[in-house]
Amino acid sequence: MVPSEWLPRLLGIAVLLPLVAFVVNVLVGPALKKYAAYLSTLMICLAFVCSMTALVLAWLPYHDPAPAGHGDSEPHAAATSMIIPVADQPQHAHQEIAAYTGYWYRLGQFGSLHLDIGYYIDSLAVCMFCMVTLIASCIHFYSIGYMHDEESEYTDHEVTLSDGSYLTRPGRFPRFFQYLSLFCFSMLGLVISGNIAMTFVFWELVGICSYFLIGFYVERPSASTAANKAFIVNRVGDFGMIIGLMVIWSTLGTFNFGDITKDEPGIFSLVRPAEHQHELIVPAKMVQEAASEKVAEIVQHSESLETALSEIDACTDDWRKEGYGYWLMIVAGLGIFCGCVGKSAQFPLQTWLPDAMEGPTPVSALVHSATMVAAGVFLVGRFFPVFVPEVLLVIAVVGCITLFMAATIAITATDIKRVLAYSTISQLGYMMLALGVGGWMAGMLHLFTHAFFKSLLFMCSGSVIHGVHTNEMTEMGGLRKKMPVTAYTMLIGCLAISGAGIPFLIGFSGYYSKDAILEQVFSFWRYQPENAGWGALFFLVAAGSAGITAFYMFRLWFMTFAGAPRDQERYDHAHESPKVMYIPLIILSIFAVGVAWNFFDVSLTNLLEQARPLGTAASVQGEIVQQWWPDEHLAHQEKIVFPVTLIAFGTAVTGFLLAMLFYGLRVLNAQEVQQQFHMVYRFLLNKWWFDELYDFLWVRPTLLISRLVTGIDRRWIDGLIDGLADCTKRFSQWGDRWVDQGVVDGFANLIARWTFNTGLSLRRVQTGQLRQYVMFIALGTVAIFILISLFWSRTLAG
Amino acid sequence: MSLFEPVGVTHYLIVGAVMFVIGAICMATKRNALGILMGIELVLNGANINFVAFGSQYLRTETLGLDGQLVALFVIVLAAAEAAVALAIALNFYNNHATIDVDRADELKG
Repeated sequence: MVPSEWLPRLLGIAVLLPLVAFVVNVLVGPALKKYAAYLSTLMICLAFVCSMTALVLAWLPYHDPAPAGHGDSEPHAAATSMIIPVADQPQHAHQEIAAYTGYWYRLGQFGSLHLDIGYYIDSLAVCMFCMVTLIASCIHFYSIGYMHDEESEYTDHEVTLSDGSYLTRPGRFPRFFQYLSLFCFSMLGLVISGNIAMTFVFWELVGICSYFLIGFYVERPSASTAANKAFIVNRVGDFGMIIGLMVIWSTLGTFNFGDITKDEPGIFSLVRPAEHQHELIVPAKMVQEAASEKVAEIVQHSESLETALSEIDACTDDWRKEGYGYWLMIVAGLGIFCGCVGKSAQFPLQTWLPDAMEGPTPVSALVHSATMVAAGVFLVGRFFPVFVPEVLLVIAVVGCITLFMAATIAITATDIKRVLAYSTISQLGYMMLALGVGGWMAGMLHLFTHAFFKSLLFMCSGSVIHGVHTNEMTEMGGLRKKMPVTAYTMLIGCLAISGAGIPFLIGFSGYYSKDAILEQVFSFWRYQPENAGWGALFFLVAAGSAGITAFYMFRLWFMTFAGAPRDQERYDHAHESPKVMYIPLIILSIFAVGVAWNFFDVSLTNLLEQARPLGTAASVQGEIVQQWWPDEHLAHQEKIVFPVTLIAFGTAVTGFLLAMLFYGLRVLNAQEVQQQFHMVYRFLLNKWWFDELYDFLWVRPTLLISRLVTGIDRRWIDGLIDGLADCTKRFSQWGDRWVDQGVVDGFANLIARWTFNTGLSLRRVQTGQLRQYVMFIALGTVAIFILISLFWSRTLAG
Repeated sequence: MSLFEPVGVTHYLIVGAVMFVIGAICMATKRNALGILMGIELVLNGANINFVAFGSQYLRTETLGLDGQLVALFVIVLAAAEAAVALAIALNFYNNHATIDVDRADELKG
């Protein structure tokens, strides 16, 4: 199979299959009943088959994923000095990137500008396809079991009607799968999209799907509020993204990622042109846009257009050196990142994700762990070559704050799904931090490993909720004996997210990705020539939070599965989930263990390395901020890897042991600690007061303003309109009385009265006397004869 | 014109006019519905005599020919039909009022 032909076809089909399921379910879903679920599941499984075919038959044979010579690109200078000047960076031999760009359909063309439905397929996209479709397939199967209550009439025990009874409504089984299919379509479309505008469209589709799915139990006020919250908070981020899009469109004139032809360079080649060794520069168009005053000056003073253009071209390099256009790059990068902050629930827009746990658990597993929230990280990874160092620093700071904050909140949460929600936010923070300190590979790797183990964890939690009918961990305990498969697959998930492994030898998938992140952060700190404060802060927070991660995950596991049951009644009723639910758990747990392993040089790392954006393997220095972003290869050095692996292992073990002491063995009492650090506990329990802060800052003022506006509306605008209506009414009443009743009715009445009077006078003739009528006829005839004979003339006869 | 001339159209017209006038007087004076019907028959047949006379080829040269005879036949048919309807009305009127005095039939007057 020729990759350039077959990849777009196979992946295009994979995108469209879930759409087919969605359309069919929309049209005839209720009639299909549970076959709607089978249809959706079949379609996503076929999409998985397509994706795997694309990976195994169209990608791997043509792109050897052997490590691309880490050895020879190892910087020699690093051995002697910790600091390497940028100029000494060895140029990488591989300057070609294996990516297929093109378009299926051209939406519109405006001169040289055009908008396409296109694709940008590199190994990252192919791997994302496999990951998304695999997890989605597992979740479809799982949902068939989890949502079986919805097949017939469903009684919602969380909605009480005014008469005190529970709400009973028709089941929404087909509708659930319809949304899932639409979601899968949107997510796959997002991954394959070849330009940022198309990404944005699918981005919003993903958002609307998550809105539908979070608000699936629409009758529950908490669910509909959470859906609104998710949607509105995402809107804030998307607003920034639109600004980024506008900057890109107005200055670069293209949305395409890659080059469709040589004459139409995409964003990536514009910001990292090959003649500059793929170093990040401000594109000429952006420089000229920023220096528009100088351009206007040149145009005014030159005789002809050609000389002006050539002079502008000559000056562009100087302007670029003066820093023109650099801020546009910052705005574009920050704008795009803003969208990612919303979608990936980063600080300060993280508040929607925990509330989104109101949706059914399979939704959380699919949307809020593996796909939608990962879309933000994916886009940062996709757009990585465009981010200037200043933007990267912002990304790192945001990621750092997020991962620490969410990890601390997760310690105190008692709702099993909320712990996982905060854990998700925290892990997404890790990815952002990794990307922000220049660790493209580390961030992307963690995106994949996290997708597997977090969807596994969510599905396990769903299985627990299915078994014991509560979300509260304080009512669980000892469930290991009742639901062994769930317990041990969840243990695998916990080990994977904590990054468990034998140092330097082998480990769960999280071991590789988390260590890669920490190594990158550590090298960002250690290679910093001066002002290493940021790096130190990042590393300490990241390493510390790794310990917290292990702590809260094992807290969750121990509270749920170990020790004596806290609620005997719930324990007695608990049961293992059906096969259709726990087999996906086993499949995912296999991936959670081994997705990052290396099989004969075919590993996720090597595959992703092929998609590394050109030029990002080199170290860079900020223009405004005095920081230095080390080359990612530097993080593989012994003196980085060795301490970091030990630190990571140490913190994880510490976290595990603490959780063991508190919740496993119950030697230490968590309640006492809570009382000891009363203030801290309340601070964390209330989620850093973020909801209250936003309530105070935005929600209340908005409500106040709306109340004010309502008042104005009621009093002034309604009054005005009522007055106008009154005037119109009075006018029409006057018109009715004078014109209609007077003139028109009077005329009609006049004719009627006439006719009536004529009839009255003629009725006297009708005497009913037959003989009189005969007399009239006879006399009439005689009269006519007399008249004719008197007035006879030729003219009358004609 | 005198009575001693050979019989011509004029004689027939005189007979027809006499019959017509008798019929009209009969209609105007009789209170009995059947009498009035008879008067109508006389009027119609008085007219018929005229048609027949004008249609006869023995009486004059500018004859109506068969047209005259045909109109007479139509009139006879119509008279029969009219008589049937009129008799039915008279019968019904008798059933309702136990009389056929036409002066009593003034319920629909204006």
